[in-house]
Amino acid sequence: MTAPSLRRRFVAVDRVRALGAIYVVFGLVLLMRVAPALPDDPERFLFGTGPDALAWTFRPSTTTVVIASALVTFGALALVRSGRLVSGGLVLGGVLAVVMLLVASLALSPNKSTNLVPLFIQSLRLGSPIALGALAGMWSERSGVVNIGIEGMMLAGAGIGFVAYALLNGGAGGLPLYVAVLVAVAAGGLFAALHSLMSVTLGTDQIVSGVAVNLLAIGLTSFLRSQVLVPLNADSATTLPELSIPGLSSLPIIGDLFSAKPIFFLTFVAFGASAFVLTRTRWGLRVRSVGENPHAAETLGVDVMRVRYQAVILGGCIAGLAGAQFSLETVGSFDDLMTNGTGFIALAALIFGKWRPWPVLAGSMFFGFARALGVRIQLLNVEVAGFPLPSQFLQAVPYVVTMVVLAGAIGRAIPPAAIGRPYRRPG
Amino acid sequence: MTGAGRHVLEVEGITKTFPGVVANRSVSFDLAEGEIHCLLGENGAGKTTLMNIVFGLYRPDEGTVRVRGEEVSFSSSADAIAAGIGMVHQHFQLVPTLTVLENVVLGAETVRHGVLELASARRTLADLSDRYGLPVDPDALVGDLSVGIRQRVELLKALYRDADILILDEPTAVLTPGEVDEFLSTVRELVGMGKSIVFITHKLREVSQVADRITVLRNGEVVGRTTPAETSEEELAAMMVGRQVSFTVDVGTSDPGEVVLEVSGLVVDDNRGHAAVRDCSFAVRAGEIFGIAGVEGNGQRELVEALAGMRPVVAGDVRLRGRSLLGLDPRRIAELGVGHIPEDRTRHGLIGAFSVADNLVLNRYHRPPFARGLVRRRSEVTAHAEELVATFDIRTPGVDVPAAQLSGGNQQKVVVARELSRPLEVLLVAQPTRGLDVGSIEFIHRRLVEIRDRGTAVVLVSAELDEVLALADTVGVLYRGRIVASMPAAEADRHRVGLLMATGSEAA
Repeated sequence: MTAPSLRRRFVAVDRVRALGAIYVVFGLVLLMRVAPALPDDPERFLFGTGPDALAWTFRPSTTTVVIASALVTFGALALVRSGRLVSGGLVLGGVLAVVMLLVASLALSPNKSTNLVPLFIQSLRLGSPIALGALAGMWSERSGVVNIGIEGMMLAGAGIGFVAYALLNGGAGGLPLYVAVLVAVAAGGLFAALHSLMSVTLGTDQIVSGVAVNLLAIGLTSFLRSQVLVPLNADSATTLPELSIPGLSSLPIIGDLFSAKPIFFLTFVAFGASAFVLTRTRWGLRVRSVGENPHAAETLGVDVMRVRYQAVILGGCIAGLAGAQFSLETVGSFDDLMTNGTGFIALAALIFGKWRPWPVLAGSMFFGFARALGVRIQLLNVEVAGFPLPSQFLQAVPYVVTMVVLAGAIGRAIPPAAIGRPYRRPG
Repeated sequence: MTGAGRHVLEVEGITKTFPGVVANRSVSFDLAEGEIHCLLGENGAGKTTLMNIVFGLYRPDEGTVRVRGEEVSFSSSADAIAAGIGMVHQHFQLVPTLTVLENVVLGAETVRHGVLELASARRTLADLSDRYGLPVDPDALVGDLSVGIRQRVELLKALYRDADILILDEPTAVLTPGEVDEFLSTVRELVGMGKSIVFITHKLREVSQVADRITVLRNGEVVGRTTPAETSEEELAAMMVGRQVSFTVDVGTSDPGEVVLEVSGLVVDDNRGHAAVRDCSFAVRAGEIFGIAGVEGNGQRELVEALAGMRPVVAGDVRLRGRSLLGLDPRRIAELGVGHIPEDRTRHGLIGAFSVADNLVLNRYHRPPFARGLVRRRSEVTAHAEELVATFDIRTPGVDVPAAQLSGGNQQKVVVARELSRPLEVLLVAQPTRGLDVGSIEFIHRRLVEIRDRGTAVVLVSAELDEVLALADTVGVLYRGRIVASMPAAEADRHRVGLLMATGSEAA
């Protein structure tokens, strides 16, 4: 093999090979360390409740050996080859690694069985605010405006929405609750308008402007909480009611998925609508053009500034809705920093989905799964070498997943070409 | 039909200043119905500024624009489009991630119940394609199209908006000689079908081919109005530049020695990982200018970057006097005696924020006499800079001003001065005169011939076929990443090279 051809292999398949190596190492650790340490008594994953629920019975140690062998095989394959089949193997390996995590958790917990259906439903529930946040980012960034202020817009929605609710009728539900959701949406939109003002009109660096939005939201909502909510003693308010979709909600196994709260359902509606608007309407076409080549759009008489304002503010409204999901739909109170980094994970999901609606939704749900898994492992009282896994470790799981996914698994995502660049009208 | 029709466009007394520059000074210009009016001038003469004002992109400081006799004041290009004006910009204004059809309708979309209604737009586009002989695939992504086709899309965009006044800004700059001829006949057909056209260019050959009337701009002012019948190319050139110019540098005779640079079977990928240079082979001898002609995007950039060590080589070999350069970094290659004048001087040639003096030692700042150990010696750097500024006639207020403040021509002279001020085995030159005025072009051409005569092997890549033909001792044609033919300059004529550039073979 001559020098240049060696070099080609190294440059071209760098990432795949690195991933392959990680798989091999991970697989070998599983084979040599984990499999012998796990018990081999049968354990069961259930899909549903009751005695006649679907179940998968497995022996943890044996299963680990099987999964580990597969990982080593796929990893080794990626080291020597490249192509579609190898990529498929790596993806399948990723899925197996998740299964492995579940198997090990159950094996290390005192429980003998665990129901997986709630885990998946929980994934969607926890993924929903991430998805809305990512959708907010998608609108903004497809128009060419970087939005790291999603977190702040969500927090503003959560805080201001809840303050409105507390002031309206003290948190007893009913019509004021829905008005409060609208206030939350408007609050997100308002913060987004501020972001547009700074980054579109004034040409401030979009990252700086986004940070400003985040800081302002933290300060303002915490001020409102201490000055309005604490004196009103407004916690444990009534939240949005649960809706059941007739028919679907009585399906076997997955029926529970269709009994949920309104903003959860709205998430999917919002994605459907966004995908349609982005690809099939005049305004969507203009948003895409403005994010890719604003000068071209300008020469065709499109008002670049206006389209960017509209897209950023629409995004802010969606982020506000995501905020309402925290305070008004799920918890029924507002705490400082309630959104807890969801807006940043949403950004990761946005990049993961390469700025396209449906992949963004899938990416968000993947992060939701990471969160749900952290919770489930905690509930299973998993013990390693006689000590329970610390909860802080488990809470870090989604963020570790974020980093791993962004660094390794997605490869190069090409953002909208004009992203981050303020547009100046010539002349 | 010179001046036959009524005036569809009249521009009077336009003045436009940008900070520090007067782009247009009291310019008047008119366009008669059904004529081709060439707006001729060098880069920076103010042609594009004037037309951007007509198209509503800039607002004039003074002066009036009348369309079909009515005074207009456009606040955006949307107004200009509504008045029947279409403009094809020098840098295409297309969105590469959208389809041809989406690009065409953008800004003039038809909707039904808020949903894009593309079926009728598709029919209209097909009609226009037929009528004007401009076939396109409406569903192709613009990013996948060749420049020739992209230009077609630009024309169709204007026609789709019912423009009858077309402004074409340097439309032939990116086309092959064959495509240029085709394009010029399209332009004449458009006029035949009732359009009126402003044709902006700095290429004299095209002016005499298509113009009904000619207006010449220099430094933002109108310096002449004429017709092809009343003038000659020499006269037009003198008007453009303001003095008599010699079109061709006296290249003298070359006396090539042994082979210095040998490229064999070279394969290089572009940024997207596709092979841009495929199985490319050629050899350059000492004291020879090897000119590489080719339509832009045929692998020129990747080839030069690979030779300079800026881009990994996938396969093949590059040898300098028998020694392989593969795997060496750019600094090492430069130290072996390879100079590089990159095509994009602002990105790869200079650091705009650094002073002229620092830019002149970018390849040697860490070596004596410019540094002693870890410490730089400013006095040496300054002295060196002052010497080069004098020998290369770099017009700068001082050697301490940031390079970005210099004009394009003087920036290029900084790059040339830096690269030529040391002994070189090989000089790689890409698009050395792009965007420069005639005076700087002459200067740089003379320098290239000089260094050749001192025994350096020069690789010259240029999109200007005339430049290659004027300077090269051997002409190679790069087509789809391969040198498909190489011939002594004496055997290279425009027609033969043009055909090779367009098709990759000599069979028509």
